[in-house]
Amino acid sequence: MRHHAIPGTPLFDGAAAQKGLPLNRMCFSFNSAANRDAFRRDEAAYCRKFGLTPEQREAVAERDVRKLIAAGGNIYYLAKLAGIFGLGVQDIGAQQTGMSVDAFKAKLEAAGR
Amino acid sequence: MARIIGGIGTTHVPSIGKAIADGKQNDPYWSPFFRGFDRVHQWLAREKPDVAVVFYNDHGLNFFLDKLPTFAVGAAGEYRNEDEGWGIPVSKSAAGDPDLSWHLINHLVGDGFDITICQDMLVDHAVTIPMALMWPGEGAWPVRIVPISINTVQHPLPSLARCLNLGRSVGRALDACDKDIKVVVVGTGGLSHQLDGERAGFINKEFDLLCMDELARNPDALTRYTIPQFIELAGAQGVEFLNWMAMRGALTGTVSEAHRNYHIPISNTAAATMVLENVPVAKAHACTGKGAHGEGGCSGNCIKNTIAEARKPEPVSS
Repeated sequence: MRHHAIPGTPLFDGAAAQKGLPLNRMCFSFNSAANRDAFRRDEAAYCRKFGLTPEQREAVAERDVRKLIAAGGNIYYLAKLAGIFGLGVQDIGAQQTGMSVDAFKAKLEAAGR
Repeated sequence: MARIIGGIGTTHVPSIGKAIADGKQNDPYWSPFFRGFDRVHQWLAREKPDVAVVFYNDHGLNFFLDKLPTFAVGAAGEYRNEDEGWGIPVSKSAAGDPDLSWHLINHLVGDGFDITICQDMLVDHAVTIPMALMWPGEGAWPVRIVPISINTVQHPLPSLARCLNLGRSVGRALDACDKDIKVVVVGTGGLSHQLDGERAGFINKEFDLLCMDELARNPDALTRYTIPQFIELAGAQGVEFLNWMAMRGALTGTVSEAHRNYHIPISNTAAATMVLENVPVAKAHACTGKGAHGEGGCSGNCIKNTIAEARKPEPVSS
């Protein structure tokens, strides 16, 4: 139940927290380099180990940030996953807004003028 | 008596840690931000605080979402940083001040803030990057810290008013502390930014400037925003400003703005740095514990006295 829907802005609330727990728990494990390596070696097995839902596994396989958020992912935790794929917050931002990374950076610069 | 010299607000974007490690402070992209710390360094060199109380939010290093306190106070002798998973260098540790931590804890709980007490606590970039910005260079940081984490990550979040009042309670506890120390209060994060959703990349310069103006002169005015209203104006992660609200609350004296730097963008964020000077108001004892206090200061005895007082039988009215 969301009383204040803000366009284009997911709020990480109780519903998202419950839904996303396995996914976010997996992302939390990526604080360890050994776990990041284990994920890289066998992504599917690593996702199974953390009990990700089919929706979450698909979103991880597709590297789709919007789907990861819809599946309950918290952006700070997803950033740890994105780091494994070599994606920074501007890459993530570009992907979610459907812009090129250069266009996304230009948008940020423009906000200062 | 502990003296609150002032407050510092600063952005804590992770990529700042990389820029420091790579020595990019003078690069055209970074210098407008790093130059904003020259005045901070001068102020700190002049004021020489002994302790920094740091309000921040953890991003998944010490806390996970399974057990996430709304407010948590560190009570450790040392605060380590560890691998945060996104490639920023692991920072040196910060020294703690457990006696002062417990003094604050006693007062906060006595004051109605049911905080989580952390005798072991890792601190993430939201503490270590501001420390590296305030005190750059090699060697140990010249202050002890008391980290206080605020949940800005998993809704429901505490309100702006609640965080301002948390800071005020910390400020009263510091005013009541009989240690001869100088304290700087730090609030980290923000200002406007949003990492997630179709509105990712949202920045609101006009609102940031208003927040900084109001923070200095009339922070209560900002409590008119609900959390969703604030997020609509500042972006989903702009709500880290709650840490700045708590910092401001802890400045119990006469407050004036000594320095401000504002630059867009650093990474996805409107980067802001602020120094607020606090001139203590001459007063007796600001501790909120209801019992009698030791003369001229408080070592947590007020809490014991409050408990003793509460146990006294109620007087029978005639």
